[in-house]
Amino acid sequence: MAQLDTRAKLAILADAAKYDASCASSGTTKRTSKDGKGLGSTTGMGICHAYAPDGRCISLLKILLTNSCIFDCHYCINRKSSNVRRARFTPAEVVDLTLNFYRRNYIEGLFLSSGIIRSSNYTMEQMVEVARSLREDHHFRGYIHLKTIPDADPELIHQAGLHADRVSINVELPTVAGLTRLAPEKSAPRIEGAMLEMRTAIEDGADARKRYRSAPRFAPGGQSTQMIVGADAATDGDIIGRAAGLYGRFGLRRVYYSAFSPIPDASAVLPLQRPPLMREHRLYQSDWLMRFYEFRPDEVAQAADPATGMLPLDIDPKLAWALRFRDRFPVDVNRAPREALLRVPGLGTKAVASILAARKWRRLRLEDVARLTVSLAKIRPFIVTADWRPVALTDKADLRAWIAPKKEQLELFAA
Amino acid sequence: MRAVTLSAEDDFEGWRDAARALAQAQVAPSEIVWRVGEGGGDLFAAEPMALPTAATTTLKVPRDFLQLAQTVVLHSDPQRFALLYTLLATDPHRIEDRADPLVRRVELMAKAVRRDIHKMRAFVRFRELVDDSGPRYIAWFEPEHHIVRANARFFVERFASMRWSILTPEVSIHWDGKTLSEGPPATRGDAPADDPVEAVWKTYYASIFNPARLKTGAMLKEMPRKYWKNMPETALVKALVAGARARETAMVETARSAVGGNVEGAWTALRDEAAACTRCPLYKPATQTVFGEGPLDADMMLVGEQPGDQEDLAGCAFVGPAGQMLDKALDEAGIDRARVYLTNAVKHFKFEPRGKRRIHAKPDAGEITACRWWYEQELALVRPKLVVALGATAAWQITGKAATISKLRGQQLALPEGGTGWVTVHPSYLLRLPDAEAAAQAYRDFVADLRAARALVG
Repeated sequence: MAQLDTRAKLAILADAAKYDASCASSGTTKRTSKDGKGLGSTTGMGICHAYAPDGRCISLLKILLTNSCIFDCHYCINRKSSNVRRARFTPAEVVDLTLNFYRRNYIEGLFLSSGIIRSSNYTMEQMVEVARSLREDHHFRGYIHLKTIPDADPELIHQAGLHADRVSINVELPTVAGLTRLAPEKSAPRIEGAMLEMRTAIEDGADARKRYRSAPRFAPGGQSTQMIVGADAATDGDIIGRAAGLYGRFGLRRVYYSAFSPIPDASAVLPLQRPPLMREHRLYQSDWLMRFYEFRPDEVAQAADPATGMLPLDIDPKLAWALRFRDRFPVDVNRAPREALLRVPGLGTKAVASILAARKWRRLRLEDVARLTVSLAKIRPFIVTADWRPVALTDKADLRAWIAPKKEQLELFAA
Repeated sequence: MRAVTLSAEDDFEGWRDAARALAQAQVAPSEIVWRVGEGGGDLFAAEPMALPTAATTTLKVPRDFLQLAQTVVLHSDPQRFALLYTLLATDPHRIEDRADPLVRRVELMAKAVRRDIHKMRAFVRFRELVDDSGPRYIAWFEPEHHIVRANARFFVERFASMRWSILTPEVSIHWDGKTLSEGPPATRGDAPADDPVEAVWKTYYASIFNPARLKTGAMLKEMPRKYWKNMPETALVKALVAGARARETAMVETARSAVGGNVEGAWTALRDEAAACTRCPLYKPATQTVFGEGPLDADMMLVGEQPGDQEDLAGCAFVGPAGQMLDKALDEAGIDRARVYLTNAVKHFKFEPRGKRRIHAKPDAGEITACRWWYEQELALVRPKLVVALGATAAWQITGKAATISKLRGQQLALPEGGTGWVTVHPSYLLRLPDAEAAAQAYRDFVADLRAARALVG
């Protein structure tokens, strides 16, 4: 194989990394380089430095160390049997690229993943070396996200956690049967075992920091995972249940969903039709309901169609839930507790906070609520204000048609 | 009228000191004209005001108000000073009440400023310039509000070990590794025109984009066009968007033509996955999933309704009485059952227990939809020339919508996944007809339909 220059390698290894959904640079500790020695900072918030035409945020330099792989996972562009062009970075090349991009303010840091070459340990060693060099040789204070390999030696995983802000292990597919079919060399128990060990290590690290200020930080941004949607038979109900289990058992910061998307040189095992992108969006919304709106997983699952287990595509899951439990509405914005306000479709967490604060100053009328929210039309049927009460509106059979957004329905056919 | 002149557009301290003194002297908001710098002047403004000195009342201001004011002062709206003073002079605590129109207006201004600050941190692009004492990084940026000084600390903390400058139309700021200094307004031409690393960055931008998920609306919402002119990567957007559809189509086409290599393995794995299916509640009482069977290169795919009592026990499709009827009819129509892929619209047996017997029950819309996933996978692997639906449930599955047999029978149907469909009755219908003459006629029609299907396959 001819030697490729850095730019040609980057084209291959960024292309190979684009199926990873996460680009988050948030949730870690605050750091600066005010001492004049290092480079970079983290604010805890995360910054998107650009957006690609697929609408996704570009926050990190997201690349693979190599796209060669000894595994043959059918959904993966980098699988052994794929005809894709291969390339491999040296750790030094990745370090240079990261620093050069960072100095020009293109990125918040690095998200490094890799195909598995030679062995899990060898691959993990190379990835850890990139992170070590950035932190120790260059005093890099920006964000580092390392994808870890479930089978790698625990000592290497420990090293990864010491250098990285966030670590992640992909569960890949929502069902075990799906994993068996599409990633025959991967094992669900091994993946979950590694996530459990990671949870323990992160909690031990945080615990030690509380007692000794000098204790090293261990993955302060926590761990996350990703699953592919639409490549196996899992319904939305199955996926919500799986995600809830993962959050609970492994203390995850985030579960990312990636709608299976067509890849060049796909394996015949894959479904040819991709799921609508809207399905992925609805799953993220359901994730939001659990993380910020105090919905229990079984409550979110109630928003799905009981026969098919699928969330509606034309309306969001919060609205779907409200239409199913109409007896919980209308909610009086002048009296209802926070939990009840959070259930109103169209009221976000900020709007709820504003309503609660404004109530101390006035009895809210419809025009007041309009100033606190994006769309009054959507929430009107579900609230009571000083001058408004929906007359039997929540009993109307065509309520769904009445509030369902018209233009979003197009998305159904866009895929 | 009193006029207050502030030293700069972002002079928060000047506004705060003047506002405090004026509020303590209980000067009405309408009595004050706020100005910036030496120039300008209000026609109605009298003498520049000497600030009241002696505090007549103590003024308690909540910390949240000061933070809000500090942000809002950076807004480009000339009325910002007056609006903030009105809030202060009436009751600064009222900012809690976001339903208040004035508070709402000021909050929106604060939001716009915070967004501009965030976007500056995101979208500033440095270009490297090497001089005698090493590299310097210079950026040209055009913010919407007066945020540059307020934002300087972020860049100092992040790039403390570098020497850098951010040039803007209002002011320029410079960091030499130790101190921050300010310079006069700059122009685009004052910044370097290029940086070789930009080409590498553009390569990254183009490669990380997934053409199969085009969502330009989402991109524009977070990266509005007004910032594009100072971001080198945005020059690629037009071509990337234009090429996306073609690239996706090419990927799907390659995928279609690639099917064939390991279809057997794919089908076996699919069948094994289906054995654990819980997509609808029918799996609970049923014995097992009855998956399709037959050659994977079959020209014809026959889709029945669902497994019956005997199929449920045997795990194979069409082995009961209806299956025997089908065999006979296929034989008469000249179709070799061994060359046909046989499957069902719903893959678990749905029944109602009646004493010791299990009576067939019709699958409903939810169950048909839930099971469509498996049918789609089978269709993708077998890719038959013709799909023959036996009965209304199967017709629903292959067309994707409910209809009656009589409406669809005898015509070639364009299927949603591509390919041709053909609809006839289910063989169990023939078994249920009580009148022998009618049953014989229905059987002849059934065979005729199958014969026509055979002709369509060629």
